[in-house]
Amino acid sequence: MALTDDNKQVLDFNLQLERQDTSFPMLQVLNNDGEIVDEDALKRADLSDDQLVELMKQMVFSRTLHERSSKLAKQGRLGFYAPTIGEEASQIASNYAFDKGDWLFPGYRDIPQLVMKGWPIYKAFLWSRGHYEGNEFEDVNGWMPQIIIGAQYVEAAGAALGLKKRGLPNVAYAYTGDGGTSQGDFYEGMNFAGAYKAPAVFFSQNNEYAISTPRTLQTCASHLAAKGWAAGLPSLVVDGMDPIAMYLAAKEARQWAIDGNGPVFIETITNRLGPHSMSGDDPLRYRTQDEIDAWTKKEPLIRFRKYLESRDLWSEDIENDWIDVVNSQIDDGVKEADGIAKQKISDFIEQTLEVPGQAAQEQINKFRGEGK
Amino acid sequence: MAKKTYIQAITEAQDLALANDENVLIFGEDVGKNGGVFRATDGLQEKYGEDRVFNTPLAESGIGGMAIGLTTQNYRPIMEIQFFGFVYEVMDSIAGQMARGRFRFHGTRKFPIVVRSPYGGGTKTPEMHADSLEGLMAQTPGLRVVMPATPEDAKGLLLSAVESDDPVIFLENLRLYRSIRGEVPEGYYTTPLDKAKVVREGNDATIITYGGMVHTSLAAAEELAKEGIDVEVVDLRTVSPLDLDTIGQSVEKTGRVVVAQEAQRQAGIGAMVMSEISERFIMSLKAPIGRVAAPDSVYPFALAENEWLPKEDDIIEKVKEVVNFD
Repeated sequence: MALTDDNKQVLDFNLQLERQDTSFPMLQVLNNDGEIVDEDALKRADLSDDQLVELMKQMVFSRTLHERSSKLAKQGRLGFYAPTIGEEASQIASNYAFDKGDWLFPGYRDIPQLVMKGWPIYKAFLWSRGHYEGNEFEDVNGWMPQIIIGAQYVEAAGAALGLKKRGLPNVAYAYTGDGGTSQGDFYEGMNFAGAYKAPAVFFSQNNEYAISTPRTLQTCASHLAAKGWAAGLPSLVVDGMDPIAMYLAAKEARQWAIDGNGPVFIETITNRLGPHSMSGDDPLRYRTQDEIDAWTKKEPLIRFRKYLESRDLWSEDIENDWIDVVNSQIDDGVKEADGIAKQKISDFIEQTLEVPGQAAQEQINKFRGEGK
Repeated sequence: MAKKTYIQAITEAQDLALANDENVLIFGEDVGKNGGVFRATDGLQEKYGEDRVFNTPLAESGIGGMAIGLTTQNYRPIMEIQFFGFVYEVMDSIAGQMARGRFRFHGTRKFPIVVRSPYGGGTKTPEMHADSLEGLMAQTPGLRVVMPATPEDAKGLLLSAVESDDPVIFLENLRLYRSIRGEVPEGYYTTPLDKAKVVREGNDATIITYGGMVHTSLAAAEELAKEGIDVEVVDLRTVSPLDLDTIGQSVEKTGRVVVAQEAQRQAGIGAMVMSEISERFIMSLKAPIGRVAAPDSVYPFALAENEWLPKEDDIIEKVKEVVNFD
């Protein structure tokens, strides 16, 4: 007897892979040349002229912060710094869709979103240097940049569940990279949030490289978005170089989550145009200049600038004036960070437990006695 | 006062914690309708609803991460790790994240999380269920490790753990769950953290111990008493940080010390107690400190575990050695 059509499909492994491959078309609104390719999507994004300009200003802020941070790191005036160049749409335009009350769980490259949420620049610098005053987060609904990549996903799931239990109209959102999707916590976070229908939005910024390891060596999944599907989440692939597409995807994902439908996963197709960090990484050891040049043509500021100029919302003068403003904010940040008092060892011990143990208290007393 | 089992005391404490503070949540694998595989949360979901007592997917790291995330909304999570042998799956959430949380946020965020979990051998559990891994936790700054030995302490210490704004690893001895009964005061009370307790007074030697080994040590002390050796037993109750004052007072009193633990000999709590005594109270010692611990092998589950675990006779022998030292 012949197999039924259903059984034929079940046993057709090629068909399975083909379906996976064709299930995730990429959302794009603004193409490489700054042209709108989907007018309806643009309408749905519903960004006013003022918002478009504000978004551009935030992205230019991020690029400027990147350039200054790279220099400061080279001069030894910052500690760890992970370059953000090329990822401004993926980071900033997605973040722009969230509310102050939403909770941000960033990875170590996601400093710009935290600054946009109100983390002062000087504190970001202090964090990078390893000074505890950078770590104060009183008024910011955000979390320390996560170093153990993946942990931000499970923590975001918990925050999202908490927001749901409190009945608050807010979400938790987390960022990781393509390498982060290989971690167990990546799946556990999405799976927990999904099981509780907790309002979370998970981003994986697929910038093609986890330090030197290419995306193709992380997984054989056709798209990282397929991993969101595995946890039962609506899972989108978005042009991460397109600020309007990023904003639209994030906005609609946020609304879906707030409406009680559960979490959403978003894979952003972007690229890390700089090194992994400023600690000796040389991208030319594992990728070609041609590849970097090809991606540079797609980078978000070029296309967004063209689009805004075509609508008379932006100009070179506006951009240069704004860069001056940002630079002076950064100068102030550096100055403020430089002026912070030296840390004390006694404080380190006091900050470890709210109620120190007997031996720890003795150490606190000893270091205090020595003025340390 | 009613006599209750160790596990009844733990259930009662969680019941009171839920009643006392609406921010307390209990979650873990099978803690809901099933009341946990040991029934530690028996009836609590029915009483407080699925919103406050609920099952999780089967993933320890997810449970730990969720607890951390819930603190952003001012919840006070009691998370259960079904067996402490599974803790490796959640080591980052515990040691990498919640333990460092207060420090990382320069005191602007609190991590009032209780990690409850059964540990310990002698009940023929499957592989990787029975290990005593408190030493791993104690090595981590930012954690408090509490290991009650009696029903009364289990209840009072668990309520203190829930009230604490620091993360507490609360380890419950599996063998004690239903094997012991004790007086448990009615209603809400707390037993202070970081305080050891002299559970038997004596003059000839001190046994310093914790958790399940407290009972083994007390039994050994009774046997030794028959031979005229008068033993003091100190129950650490909180194994990290240590109550060095109580340890010191007993060492100064008897001058002879045996440290007893169910965990393997290498590193661990016993080693820490011995080194603190050596640094602080060596002039009070009349004999080298004796140590009773499990051998430095992987835990041999089920069939051979009772051969391998430290026993009453091991303690009796070691106390005699220390008492007879000139």
